[in-house]
Amino acid sequence: MRQLEGLARLDRRWIFTVTGLLVLIPLLWPLNLPLTPSPPVRAYYDAVAAVPDGSHVLVSCDFDPAARPELEPMTRTTLRQLFAKRCKVVVVVLYPGGARLVDQIVREVATERGALYGTDLVNLGFKAGNEAVMVLMGQSIPNTFPRDQNGLDVGTLPIMRGVRNYSSFPLLVSISTGYPGTKEYVQQVQGRFHIPIAAGVTAVAAPTMYPYLQSGQLLGLLGGMAGAAEYERLMHESGPASRGMDAQSLAHVFVALCIVLGNVAQWGWKRREGA
Amino acid sequence: MKREFPLFVTAAIGLFMILSFFVPHQAVSVPADFFQQSAVIVVAFGIVLGGANLLRVNLEAVLKRQAGWPYRLVLIAGLLVMVLVGLIEGRDFQAAGTRSTWIYDQVYSPMSSAMFALLAFFIASAAFRAFRIRTPEAGLLALAAFLVMLGRVPLGNALTAWLPEDLRLGSVAEWILRVPQNAANRAILIGAALGVMATGLRVILGIERSYLSGEE
Repeated sequence: MRQLEGLARLDRRWIFTVTGLLVLIPLLWPLNLPLTPSPPVRAYYDAVAAVPDGSHVLVSCDFDPAARPELEPMTRTTLRQLFAKRCKVVVVVLYPGGARLVDQIVREVATERGALYGTDLVNLGFKAGNEAVMVLMGQSIPNTFPRDQNGLDVGTLPIMRGVRNYSSFPLLVSISTGYPGTKEYVQQVQGRFHIPIAAGVTAVAAPTMYPYLQSGQLLGLLGGMAGAAEYERLMHESGPASRGMDAQSLAHVFVALCIVLGNVAQWGWKRREGA
Repeated sequence: MKREFPLFVTAAIGLFMILSFFVPHQAVSVPADFFQQSAVIVVAFGIVLGGANLLRVNLEAVLKRQAGWPYRLVLIAGLLVMVLVGLIEGRDFQAAGTRSTWIYDQVYSPMSSAMFALLAFFIASAAFRAFRIRTPEAGLLALAAFLVMLGRVPLGNALTAWLPEDLRLGSVAEWILRVPQNAANRAILIGAALGVMATGLRVILGIERSYLSGEE
């Protein structure tokens, strides 16, 4: 009973220390736990794979550095899969803090895969207006984004020839952390302009996307780092998400253990007070 | 007139935008496009107004030495530095090698990531101190959280690899997300959608006027 009392009074700095170690150690010495792709991740992979080779694909990257560990790996893997199919990638950003980060990611993957800016890829940058911008893109993308991230006239870029609105794309990939993001694309764009959407979201937002997944409004879904790691597995990559999953595994087990221990300690404390 | 005119404009444009959803004719779609483009411009002005308001509120608090005023001072300094650097660099402020991108890469990006990373520590601490199973409902919630948390990571599947595939933690977590969670989420979504429709209708009909000047 004395141990339970000690547990109930445990200094939370011990919890912080153990959490830190459980995250740090697997990052330094990976456990290489086996990954099994879940059905939503397979569906996402299949949706991207089904895009005709060489076609234009719209990728909306709506996240900022706070969601970087979860969403950057899936953005990179998606771009790699698209460039492997020689797709023309048109990137937009509707999240205010993300334009610079997304530009870095897109350019790094393009350099790695030998994709030419302006021919195989364009980053149209950030535009304020949330849902209004989404709907405007349904009328005309060059009018909504007359200049790219660096101020170049999009009319002069070869990739933009033939790009009018959502009808120019067989697929929209929405990678988002919150508002505006995938939910708004489904509500404002999918039903009105009938463009197929595949989505990647943070783990905390993933459960809210399941109704859209089940109704077929989303073709596939990557949920958080776990989804990104499973996607890397399908692409035969061992990227940052796969490496991060060992740390996340141990952290999840520890949180589960904290719930049990917290309740056991509370139960012991109450019994002592009642006695 | 001061009140009636905005109400009339809201009702007219609101009804027109609903009409544009159902009527694809040019006579409707062209003005509808114009209104949507105007909305983007209004939002852009909103960002400027938001910044100015942020500055005014925090400056006042600093001058009056309200609680936490040094933090507000840091906020004001950050805001002014970013705006000034952006103005000096002009249209190329997002190009590689500028001061703006340096501040983004070296200050904003790591601080933003660090804030989010702290969540892991607080979740663990909250799980220990606050997640109390006092009722059967709380027990059910804890069980679902337990299964989903372990089922969403490779370790959960590795620990239950000896079970048939449908009983492994990964499959159980996926079932919880796909069936009970999905049903509850859908109910919330439908309820929220009906609420949005009702609110929209109240705004168009002029019943809901709080957006005008804070009046109910």
